[in-house]
Amino acid sequence: MKAIAAHNLTKRFGSFTAVDSISFEVDKGEIFGFLGANGAGKTTAMRMLCGLLIPTSGAGQVAGHDIYKNPEQVKANIGYMSQKFALYEDLKVWENLRLYGGIYGVPAEEIDGKIDILLKRLGFEEEKNTMVRSLPLGWKQKLAFSAAIFHEPQIVFLDEPTGGVDPVARRQFWELIYDASDRGITVFVTTHYMDEAEYCDRVSIMVDGRIEVLDSPAQMKKTFQADTMDEVFQQLARKAERT
Amino acid sequence: MRQFLIFTQKEFYHILRDRWTTVLLLILPIAMILLFGFGITTEIKNTRFAVYDMSHDMATRGIVNKLETSEYFTLEGYLDHPGQIEGIFKRKKIGMLVVFGERFYENQLHSGDAQVQLITDGTDPNTASTLTNYATNLIREYQQESGTLSPLPIQILPQVKLLYNPTMKSAYNIVPGVIGMVLMLVCAMMTSVSLAREKEMGTMEVILVSPMPPLLIVLSKVVPYFTISMINLFNVLLLAVFVLEVPIVGNLFLLIFVSLLFIFVALALGILISTLVQTQLVALLASVMGLLLPVVMLSGLMFPIENMPVVLQYVAQIIPAKWYIEAMRNVMIKGLGISAIIKEVLVLALMAVVLITISLKKFKIRLE
Repeated sequence: MKAIAAHNLTKRFGSFTAVDSISFEVDKGEIFGFLGANGAGKTTAMRMLCGLLIPTSGAGQVAGHDIYKNPEQVKANIGYMSQKFALYEDLKVWENLRLYGGIYGVPAEEIDGKIDILLKRLGFEEEKNTMVRSLPLGWKQKLAFSAAIFHEPQIVFLDEPTGGVDPVARRQFWELIYDASDRGITVFVTTHYMDEAEYCDRVSIMVDGRIEVLDSPAQMKKTFQADTMDEVFQQLARKAERT
Repeated sequence: MRQFLIFTQKEFYHILRDRWTTVLLLILPIAMILLFGFGITTEIKNTRFAVYDMSHDMATRGIVNKLETSEYFTLEGYLDHPGQIEGIFKRKKIGMLVVFGERFYENQLHSGDAQVQLITDGTDPNTASTLTNYATNLIREYQQESGTLSPLPIQILPQVKLLYNPTMKSAYNIVPGVIGMVLMLVCAMMTSVSLAREKEMGTMEVILVSPMPPLLIVLSKVVPYFTISMINLFNVLLLAVFVLEVPIVGNLFLLIFVSLLFIFVALALGILISTLVQTQLVALLASVMGLLLPVVMLSGLMFPIENMPVVLQYVAQIIPAKWYIEAMRNVMIKGLGISAIIKEVLVLALMAVVLITISLKKFKIRLE
């Protein structure tokens, strides 16, 4: 069973086709990079897979459940980190984690212990009682990611998780992603940063609502005779008709 | 259930950790009831008046004395000639001028045709007519007391008695209205703003992806504001009874029941607004323009609905606060029972059912 499977998934808004019949599969434990320029349809595709949007046509399975027929089962098995930073600024670090644990039905007696273990692993015990508002953005993002996988989902969806932070913080963030992947969590991540694409097991590049290529970064560079993923991306993005 | 409790607790944190939200929710209602109860009043006290007296006899002095000793009027002074009449209204802050005709007392005794003229400032017609009413009543009282009623063969003297509010205190009218306004403000506005904030912050997206049922999301948003509304209702009633001295004549439980019904309507309106807007600012504006202003202007709180243009009278019928305020006045001030407000209760119940159904339907499980 694949972690994610999409077959001709399409979303139209009126006459505008945001996502145009995309098909792909993601293996369990894989880190799958979902690339594309702004407006290429990445976020729309991801929202369909998370059950936030109803597909116009096509089919999809996430964690073995049909996104159309069993959205509730899908929701119970995924974690999600949105483009906007989505922790509550006026709650303390541990209160945020407890809230997300509670929403996802982590048993009450396990929550406190899990919070301590998690903060320790992050080296973040000192900040347990800090209001999230006063943390630096890089830390907020790490915390938001930890909240998204607090309930140990099968798959976690990350929508441009590292926007606006420096390369060091991004590197640290990716270490968390590798950790999660090592624990068997499938990671589906959209990003603008081509250096991050290199960290993925496989990447797909969307142009104008369609998936143009899907391969491992190394293979893709070979195919396009490029040195970096950035060059690959430039070659493809130039074909885009939408801006 | 635990999801619900944790989420509700979080909502209370939001409210209590933001000092201004707390102030807005708990202090504002108290400030409003005091402001409206004491400040905005339709009673007139200690209005200064002047007299132009062409007779200077015992009858005119008696009337002036009668006016002066009442709580409504204070004597500013006498005019010497009619040319000063215009000037005194412009120069001095007087509300009324009393002009007595010549040989007032004699005329009163012999022909019964003594003339007194009351001149008031018409720029504020309501005050002007209230003042002339007060003065007319006082002059008539004087006539009765002095036994100099004009010798007409048949006298009809209306004896005016104000039921339920014998001392004409405007607080009687204001209190039910302010409760309606406060509940609308707290329930509808704060619910819509707090839901809009989740959208604006991006947290709504994360919650919607979670397995938490939409009904629970809405309920846990509603419970804190419902609780606060009950506290506010309690505060305002206490203030009304002990500070503004407006008694609760009717059944307290009936009063609370009607208020609960109204709170449900307001909360449902708040959720409905939040489903239509994306940002806190728009939610705030929509609440103020769409809810608060109609409550103030069209609910009968300040302006009687019967005096409105016909179109506005129809608009007033769809404003929940109109029905609530009417029911509250009947129960709280007049002490009537459920049978007297059955129509209001039914209308509010219908509104609650319709609004809750629509807003729950519209509250999106999915973003689009």
